[in-house]
Amino acid sequence: MSGPDIEITKDLTIPKLFSRQCKKYGANKVAMREKEFGIWCPFTWQDYYDNVKYLCLGMISLGLEPGDKVAMIGDNRPEGLWAEMAAMCAGGVGVWLFQDCMMDEVKYIIDHSDAKFFMGETQEEVDKALAIKDECPKLQWIVWDDPKGMRNYHQDFLISIKKVQELGRELEKKEPDLFEKRISDGHGDDICLLFYTSGTTALPKGALLSHWNMLTMGHNLMAVDPCYDTDDFVSYLPFAWIGEQMMSISCGLQVGYTINFPEEPETAQENIREIGPHVMFAPPRLYEGMTRKVQVKYMDSTWIKRNIYEFATKVGYKIANMKFEKKTVSWSWKFLGWIAYIVMQKKLKDHLGMSRLRHAYTGGAAMGPDHFRFFHALGVNLKQIYGQTEIAGISIVHRDGDVKFDTVGTPIPETEVKITDEGEIISKSPSVFLGYYKNDEATRKTLVDGWLYSGDRGFIDEDGHLVVFDRSKDVMTLNDGRPFSPQYLETRLKFSPFIQEAWVIGDKREYIVAVMCVDYAVVGKWADDRKINYTSYMELSQEPAVYNLVQAQIEESNKDLPGPAKIHKFVNLYKVFDADDEELTRTSKLRRAFVENRYKDIVDGLYSDRDVVHMDTTITYEDGREQRIRTDLRIQNINV
Amino acid sequence: MVQVGEVKEGDTLLRLEDIHMYFGKVAALAGVSLEVKKGEIHSIIGPNGAGKTVMMNCINGLYRPQKGNISYKGTQVNHLRPHHRAELGISRTFQKIELFGGMTVLDNIRLGRHIHLKSGIVSGSIYIGKTKREELKSRKFIEEEIIDLLEIESIRDKTVHMLPYGLQKRVELGRALALNPELLLLDEPLAGLNLEEVEDMARFILDINEEPRWKVTCILVEHDMGVVMDISHSVFVLNFGNKITDGPPEEVQENPDVIKAYLGEEDLYSTRR
Repeated sequence: MSGPDIEITKDLTIPKLFSRQCKKYGANKVAMREKEFGIWCPFTWQDYYDNVKYLCLGMISLGLEPGDKVAMIGDNRPEGLWAEMAAMCAGGVGVWLFQDCMMDEVKYIIDHSDAKFFMGETQEEVDKALAIKDECPKLQWIVWDDPKGMRNYHQDFLISIKKVQELGRELEKKEPDLFEKRISDGHGDDICLLFYTSGTTALPKGALLSHWNMLTMGHNLMAVDPCYDTDDFVSYLPFAWIGEQMMSISCGLQVGYTINFPEEPETAQENIREIGPHVMFAPPRLYEGMTRKVQVKYMDSTWIKRNIYEFATKVGYKIANMKFEKKTVSWSWKFLGWIAYIVMQKKLKDHLGMSRLRHAYTGGAAMGPDHFRFFHALGVNLKQIYGQTEIAGISIVHRDGDVKFDTVGTPIPETEVKITDEGEIISKSPSVFLGYYKNDEATRKTLVDGWLYSGDRGFIDEDGHLVVFDRSKDVMTLNDGRPFSPQYLETRLKFSPFIQEAWVIGDKREYIVAVMCVDYAVVGKWADDRKINYTSYMELSQEPAVYNLVQAQIEESNKDLPGPAKIHKFVNLYKVFDADDEELTRTSKLRRAFVENRYKDIVDGLYSDRDVVHMDTTITYEDGREQRIRTDLRIQNINV
Repeated sequence: MVQVGEVKEGDTLLRLEDIHMYFGKVAALAGVSLEVKKGEIHSIIGPNGAGKTVMMNCINGLYRPQKGNISYKGTQVNHLRPHHRAELGISRTFQKIELFGGMTVLDNIRLGRHIHLKSGIVSGSIYIGKTKREELKSRKFIEEEIIDLLEIESIRDKTVHMLPYGLQKRVELGRALALNPELLLLDEPLAGLNLEEVEDMARFILDINEEPRWKVTCILVEHDMGVVMDISHSVFVLNFGNKITDGPPEEVQENPDVIKAYLGEEDLYSTRR
C-alpha cells in the first residue's frame, strides 16, 4: 500500500504520468474494472496502456494533430477514459459532454470547441452527432464503441473504436516510437481539457485547463486526504463534471487506485455496494437521494426495526454533535456508539456502499446541514468540498476532525482564499485555469491579477473556515432589509423525504413564497398507502392531501427561522424541475433567472389574492418531443 | 424427435394450409392459409375475435386444428406437441403475461433454456464435465445475448411480480429468446405499454429480426397499426376466421376490403403517435 509520492513539475503532463504509472504497475495490478454481462472484468495497467496507445495512434493516423479537440460523450466506462487519455497523449484536448445533453447543447459545444473527433458510445450518441454534423464543419470523425443498432450505418466518417485501434496497430508497425514521442513532446502548461461549465444564467463557457492545473489540484487534495493504490473508487458520475475528472484523472492517476465502472447507470447503487469504495465524491443530490431512501425504508419497516433505528440514530446524532463541538466522546458514549454500530449503522452503511468509506465528499452545490448531520450520525466521514471548474475542481475542503456543517472547510495547500470588500470569494492557486475559450470578456471578468473571482458570496469564520452564503446574484433581501440565502431555505426543505426540489422566491418582496416539487416515488407510495388515487405526477401533486403533507414539511422548516424568512405561501408544481427543460443546469443547480421567467404566472399568483394559477406551457422530453400542458395549480397559505 | 432441414433466407419457413378450427359450432378459423418466409416479420391483424390468437395457438401446438396442414421447414408438424415444436425452434410470448411471478427475472429466462440442457442427474449433482460446460455456455448466452439486448441488467435479480407491466413484457420476450428460436410468435407484445415502452419493444423486435446474430423470423399479432405498418414485411388480415388479404403493408393499407372490414372508413395508418 503506498500513497502518491509524485513530484509535480511544470514539465510533467498527465500522459507522462500515465506512462510512468503503467510501467510501474504493469500487468500486476488492476487499473480499472468494468461490470459487464454480470461479471466484474478487470483491466490491468498494461491493458490500460495498450488500449490508450492504439487508440491514440489510430486517432493520429486519422489526422489528430496536437491542439485538436476531441469531444466525448457516453456513460462512464473504460473506453471513455481511454479516449480521453488517448486524446491527451496525442497532444489533443479533451471536451466532455453530459450524456443526456439535448441536441442544441451538443451542437453548441461541438461547434464552439471546434472538435475534430466525436467519441460516442452507442447508436444514441451517434445519432446526435449525425444530426449536427452538417452544422459543425470542423467535425471530421464520429467514433462509436457499442455495435448495438449500428448495422445500418455506413457513412464514411463513422468508425468503430476497435477499427481505430486497428489503425493504431498498423501505425505502430511503421513508427514504433511515435506514441512515446508524442507523450514526451507535451509540457505541463499545455491545455489538456476544455471544460464547459454549466451556466446558471447564460450559454456554457469553455474553461481551458492545463496539465499543471489538473495535477497540482490532485496533488494538493491528496496531501490533505491521502488515498492509496490499494483503494477502490467507483466512477459513475458524468465525466463532464469536473468532480469526476478530479477523482478519475487528477487523483486517480497519481495514486494509482482502482477505478470501477458500473454495469449500467441504473445499477450504479448496487455496484457501489459490491465494490465498497474507499473514497467517494458526489454532488449533494446523490446524498439527498440516499437520505430520502433511508427515511422511506424506515417508514416502511416494522415496529421493532424502527425502534432500533431510532435508538441508533439518537446515539449517532449525540456523538456526531460532540465531535462537531470538538468535545471528547466519553467511554460510555463510545460504548453506546459501538452498540449503535452493531445493531444498525453497520448494516445500513453496507446497503449504501459505505462500509469501507474513508472519505466522502460533497460539492458542486449547497448541501443542507440536516443531511450533513445525518451522515455523520451514521458514522460516515462526509466532508464538504468547495471549488469550481475554473480551479480544476476544488480549492477548499474540510479537514478530518475539523468538520463544521455550516462551512465548506479550509483551503488546500498552495491555495489562497480571500473575500473582497463586496463579499465575493476569490482564490489563487496553481490550479487556476487559463481562461475561457473564445471569450476574452468573460476571462477578464473572472481572472484578475491571477485571482479567480467565483461569483459566490461568503465570509471566513473565526476558525478560518469558509462559509459560502450563496451565488452573489441569488442573495435575497428580506422585507426587513437583511440579506438571505434562498439556497439555505431550499436545502432545509429538501431534507424532507417528500420534497425533491424547492424554489424559494422573495427578493425585496413583502413575504417569502415557495414552489415545491414533490418526490414522485415517495409521495406516490405515501398516497398509495392512504388509498389516494392518481394517474400522473401532475394529478398527484395537486391532491389536497399532498398539499397538506407539503405544508407540514414547510411548517417544520419554518419553525426556527426568523419571521421575515418564513415561507407564507406555496404551490406544488405539476412537474419536477428538469435539466432538459433548462430549469436546472446539468449538475442540477436551479437556474433562477430562467424559472422566474418561465413561471412568471405562478410567481405573480403567489403574490396576489388568487388561490388558483392557470398554467399553459410546453415540456420537452429527452428525445426532443414537446408536450403542451394546461392545468390549474392551487395556492396554499401557511399560518405563520 | 422429428428432424427438420435447413431453410435459406426468403424460402418458406412455415406453411399453414386450409386450417379449420372449431369450438363447438363456432368456426374460429375457416380454411385459413398462411405462408411465412424465413427472415421476415409477418404480422397478423384483425378485429377482436378474428381468430389471431387461435392461429398462434395452432402454430405453436396449443390447439390442434380439426382440418388442415401445418408444415415447418417443409416437415409436417401437425401431430407434434408444443414442447416438441419448441425443440424445432418455435418460441412464443403470450398476450397476457405468462411468467412465473414468484421467480426472479434471471430464473424465468433460464427456464427458456431448458430444452438446451441435456446433462444428466449425476453430472448435475457434482457440477463437472457436461453440466459445467452447459451452464457456462448458457450463462454466457443469457447475459451477452439476451440481458444486454433487452437492457434488463438492473432487474436481473428482481422478482417478476414486483416489476412494472412493461418490464414484465420484456422479460417474457427474454424467456422466448432463451430458446434461441428460429421462429418467434409474438402475441400482442405492445398491448398495455406506454409510448416509450412501445418504441423500445419495436426496436427490440427489429433487432431480433435484423441483427446477424439473431435473424429470427417473427409472426406478430398486434393492434398498434403504426408499428405494424412500420416494421412488417407482410401483413395478413383476418376477419371472423377468414383471410381477407395478405401482402406488403402498403398494399394492405390500400385494400378496400380491409378498410371496410377492419377499420370502417378510417385511415389505416392512424397511429397513436
